[in-house]
Amino acid sequence: MSDTYEIDGANDGADEAETPETGTLPLDVWHRARGGRMVEFAGYWMPVQYEGIIAEHTWTRESAGLFDVSHMGQLYISGEGVEAALEAVLPIDLSTLKPYAPRYSLLLDDQGGILDDLMVTRWNEGFYLVVNGATKWDDIGHLREALPDAVNINHLEDSALLALQGPQAFAALNRVVSGENPLSALTFMKGGQFKLAGVDAWISRSGYTGEDGFEIAIPAEAAAEVADLLCAQPEVKPIGLGARDSLRLEAGLPLYGHDLSPETSPVEADLAFGINKRRRTEGGFPGAERILAELANGAPRKRVGLNLEGRQAAREGAAVFAGNEKVGVLTSGGFSPTLNHPIAMAYVAAAHTAPGTALEIELRGKRLPAVVVPMPFVPHRYHR
Amino acid sequence: MPRYFTQDHEWIEVDGDTGTVGITDYAQGQLGDITYVDLPEVGAVLKRGDAPCVVDSVKAASDVYAPVSGTVTDVNEALGDEPELVNTDPETGGWLFRVTLADAGELDGMMDQAAYNAYVAGL
Repeated sequence: MSDTYEIDGANDGADEAETPETGTLPLDVWHRARGGRMVEFAGYWMPVQYEGIIAEHTWTRESAGLFDVSHMGQLYISGEGVEAALEAVLPIDLSTLKPYAPRYSLLLDDQGGILDDLMVTRWNEGFYLVVNGATKWDDIGHLREALPDAVNINHLEDSALLALQGPQAFAALNRVVSGENPLSALTFMKGGQFKLAGVDAWISRSGYTGEDGFEIAIPAEAAAEVADLLCAQPEVKPIGLGARDSLRLEAGLPLYGHDLSPETSPVEADLAFGINKRRRTEGGFPGAERILAELANGAPRKRVGLNLEGRQAAREGAAVFAGNEKVGVLTSGGFSPTLNHPIAMAYVAAAHTAPGTALEIELRGKRLPAVVVPMPFVPHRYHR
Repeated sequence: MPRYFTQDHEWIEVDGDTGTVGITDYAQGQLGDITYVDLPEVGAVLKRGDAPCVVDSVKAASDVYAPVSGTVTDVNEALGDEPELVNTDPETGGWLFRVTLADAGELDGMMDQAAYNAYVAGL
């Protein structure tokens, strides 16, 4: 027996070359003490599961799960001209970005390919960015090159990042948090400063599971204490990377390095909402020529959701066929614990992307029937 | 009936010239929640080391290798509705397929239960 087709693997799509020694995150000891099975991911040892992926997945959908996402990059960008400088590298409209309200954006190359997806929040005079773990070093290099010298990039390496996700996340966090404003003041994609276990916590109502929930940035040295406090709440259990992946797949959320890459554009990726309205008329961001043309005329292919019949899952790399014609490729796929059948994301030629279109996925010499469906596969339950 | 183990975590229990094949408890623990088992066709002719069977878990699909050469005579149809049997009962009710042994000599050199336990303890 062997894990020949395993795809979650070591790093979400970054260079396979020359990985230095695997790093440890602030909660490394904490995860091991709780029975987390540690794997290498994005250059760090991280827990792939504790009691089992399906149990953790279901727990998050029904109660609340605590995820350690401290591998992600937290950056604070500030300095003279920061607003104009960031608009030159991101297709975001910062003039409409209110303080403490995270917004999704995309780091693009000059051809409009996606270098990373990220969250941008206005903090005081600057901007707080959360970027993917496997891409953070490249992102910092890219930003340093692209931003003028007067703009500072502060990598907040002393900050840990947790996510508390699920329908009971509010009840659990609300019991232990304090702040100038109540936690209930936060709706989806709003954030603020709070106190948690005696330390300052930046908390936003956001996440990567499709559920209501929060992302919580705290000093690294307090991470274990905060994680203990949250897991002491009866609603909360720690959740590993395995369930994080199955949850985000059900939520229709793309994973960088798999569903997004320099080979995909925002329009192809169905992330046009990341190109803010003013920027669509004014342009002036990397890859604008291609992206504005795709917005006007459509892209040649699009990221779609696929429902599979039966129980056999298809995975990243599997070819998608319409009759004898190869029309696409899977970028994510797996068994959906909530729906109890396999689902997938694929890039498919535009002519075959209408919901209801019947396609086939080639898997080890067989063809599995699949149908294009709208995403999310499992409805979002954000607190708006 | 004698039971033999491979380094790839398959077991084969031999009864006369028939072998029943499955994966070990250690293997199912490593794979996690099993959601589907792609079984070989009855009548398929296997060479030792072929990968006639795939076990799907939430996180990965894994080949199961044929521990011996032979012809598939039976597959565990119960896994169609209950693939989780491979998790809950891997070394009995979660068996995968049966083969007639083409060459019983292939069993020589495979591990017995004690040797396999020692092998797993060292992983």
